[in-house]
Amino acid sequence: MSKGMRAGEARYGWLFVSPAIIIIGVFLVAPIFLALYVSVSDWNGLGSPVGNSSFVGGENYQKVLIDEGLSRSDFGTAIRNNIYFVIFVVPTQTALALFLAVQVNRKVLRGRGFFRTAFYFPSVTSSIAITTIFLFLFTASGVVNSILRFFGINGPNWFKDPSGVIHNLLGAVGVTSAPAFLDVEGPLGISWWQWVSGPSTAMCAIIVLVVFTTSGTFMLLFLAALQNIGAEIDEAALMDGSGPFRKFFSVTLPMLKPTLFTVLTLGLIGTWQLFDQVYLTGGGGAPGKTLLTPAYLAFQSSFTDLNWGQGAAISFILFAIIVSLTLLQRVILRDRDTGKRAERNARKAEADLRTSAERDRARSDSLGTDTSIDQQKAGTR
Amino acid sequence: MSTLTPETAIQAESTGGEPTRRRVGRSPRLRASIAASYLLLIIMALVYIYPFLISVAGSFKTDADATANPLSLIPETWTYAAYDRLFTDVPLPRWAMNSTIITLIVTCGRVFFCSLAGYALSRLHFRGRNVIFAIVIAVMAVPGVVLLIPRFLILKELGLYDSYAGMIIPLIVDAAGIFIMKQFFESIPLSVEEAARIDGAGVFRTFWTIVLPMARPAVVTLVILSFQGSWNEFSHFIVSRSDPDLNTLTTGVASLVSGQLGSGNQFPLVLASAMLMTIPVAVVFFIFQKRLMNTTEGAEKG
Repeated sequence: MSKGMRAGEARYGWLFVSPAIIIIGVFLVAPIFLALYVSVSDWNGLGSPVGNSSFVGGENYQKVLIDEGLSRSDFGTAIRNNIYFVIFVVPTQTALALFLAVQVNRKVLRGRGFFRTAFYFPSVTSSIAITTIFLFLFTASGVVNSILRFFGINGPNWFKDPSGVIHNLLGAVGVTSAPAFLDVEGPLGISWWQWVSGPSTAMCAIIVLVVFTTSGTFMLLFLAALQNIGAEIDEAALMDGSGPFRKFFSVTLPMLKPTLFTVLTLGLIGTWQLFDQVYLTGGGGAPGKTLLTPAYLAFQSSFTDLNWGQGAAISFILFAIIVSLTLLQRVILRDRDTGKRAERNARKAEADLRTSAERDRARSDSLGTDTSIDQQKAGTR
Repeated sequence: MSTLTPETAIQAESTGGEPTRRRVGRSPRLRASIAASYLLLIIMALVYIYPFLISVAGSFKTDADATANPLSLIPETWTYAAYDRLFTDVPLPRWAMNSTIITLIVTCGRVFFCSLAGYALSRLHFRGRNVIFAIVIAVMAVPGVVLLIPRFLILKELGLYDSYAGMIIPLIVDAAGIFIMKQFFESIPLSVEEAARIDGAGVFRTFWTIVLPMARPAVVTLVILSFQGSWNEFSHFIVSRSDPDLNTLTTGVASLVSGQLGSGNQFPLVLASAMLMTIPVAVVFFIFQKRLMNTTEGAEKG
């Protein structure tokens, strides 16, 4: 191409990306810097932060993380709630999504399309609509409790019940108050007894809700990966005499590893951002602040308490948590994955499978095309 | 079962000796396991669908009926009172109009700007291209919830708070959309546009009349994702406005739900509003089902 044409191209290149770059710059990059400034200022929400506030250094971060007081204990509560939420949601949604994907991937299954649609539909509807439905399902005399009563169980008043699940289990064996060794203050101004409460009953309802809405999306990711594995390796494993369980755990699952990591990472990032559902179920205040999450706390500190500096500070702490957990997970999973021995084993296993797959395919080809040979063979055996 | 198909022959052969007895012995067990997994799948599907059915039924019940018989799919007395109220007492049409305006503009804008940027990043040579692509990737990594307060601050600063512009413009470019378009443009062979360029077509015309139509699958994907994303958007509309007249369906229904939770329950009303706001996404979902199921995007939900 001539130089003139290239020059024109450069002009158009910049012209084409400029709308996107301007919007990303103005509504994404600039706001982050503005919020960074607010997080180290004492802005009270009046006027523009620039010029109506003074620099206070790390004070907001200190109030949230170090200084004794409500700010710190609220933040601690929010972190605890979210940790339990992550611990319960991420494995459940991953396992359920994988299970559903394997089920709807089977070729013999009739109505595959229907099942896929059914499992995926909750994922496309709005979080507000789904949460509204769940508020109805989980009332004291609601749908879930009616079903539980059918089995002779007295269901709790879900969204109004602040009692922690682990506390309840301990209560069932007679431990109703904090034993001495747990009755001491733990991190972020919350006693260790509070740290081990488990998710509250109310949070359990949200856990079910979120698993319900996300499992369909992740099912699709697994489904795409399963379809990439292809039938031949599957068949080879089956012909080598491994049963369905053995086949799943020693053939399918290792091959799904990259997708599994993606799903775990996306799950981890998503679960630390719990906001809409908390907003709708009473704003994290009731019951007993057990629905409070860092994302909601940041919003509440700023918009309700007008403590903008602290709200922004919590946002950035949350950002740091998400980024560092994602990186940590990467490092852990990568280490295990790229060990030399693991790699060699994987390659060997794959080669084995391929050769046996080819062998079997060759055999089935010859059988399929020529039935007389087939019968002959069967006879000679 | 009488004909010996190649598959059963292989199966019999590979499982070792006595092929016939083996096959006969396995068949009922296989059938039982298939039946069991169908049963399991049907129960699972019911668990996923039933909440929606109950909600539709609930929206036609009276308040008392919805509270007393939450499980039943058939209202004791059919009533349209909830829907009636949504269109008289509650400004639902207004919310629906706002949602529609915003969704349409955001979807069109995203398709246009994301494909422009994606095309430039994949096809046009200019200095700084790689830096810009790196920025796009970095931006994709910023969690949406972290941006709530920053977005509010900048909208206030620019005087766009409580305006359609403030609700629309920040959503109109989406880093993930740019990424999808760039990836797709790279899969289109260069030869076609080179021919057009040699024939004297300008850069924009080549893009608009030749390359973009070839990228239809990616455009459709982007349309679906943008439509669904902006119709269901909630948190951005919480921080970009406070004027009730600017309520969208999501924020409007949210105000309905959180306002009513304390005082008695009016579940038919909120269920009706939740069902109405689900209809457009459901329609788009069923139309584009095939393509949506092939997408690996849209995992942003918490």
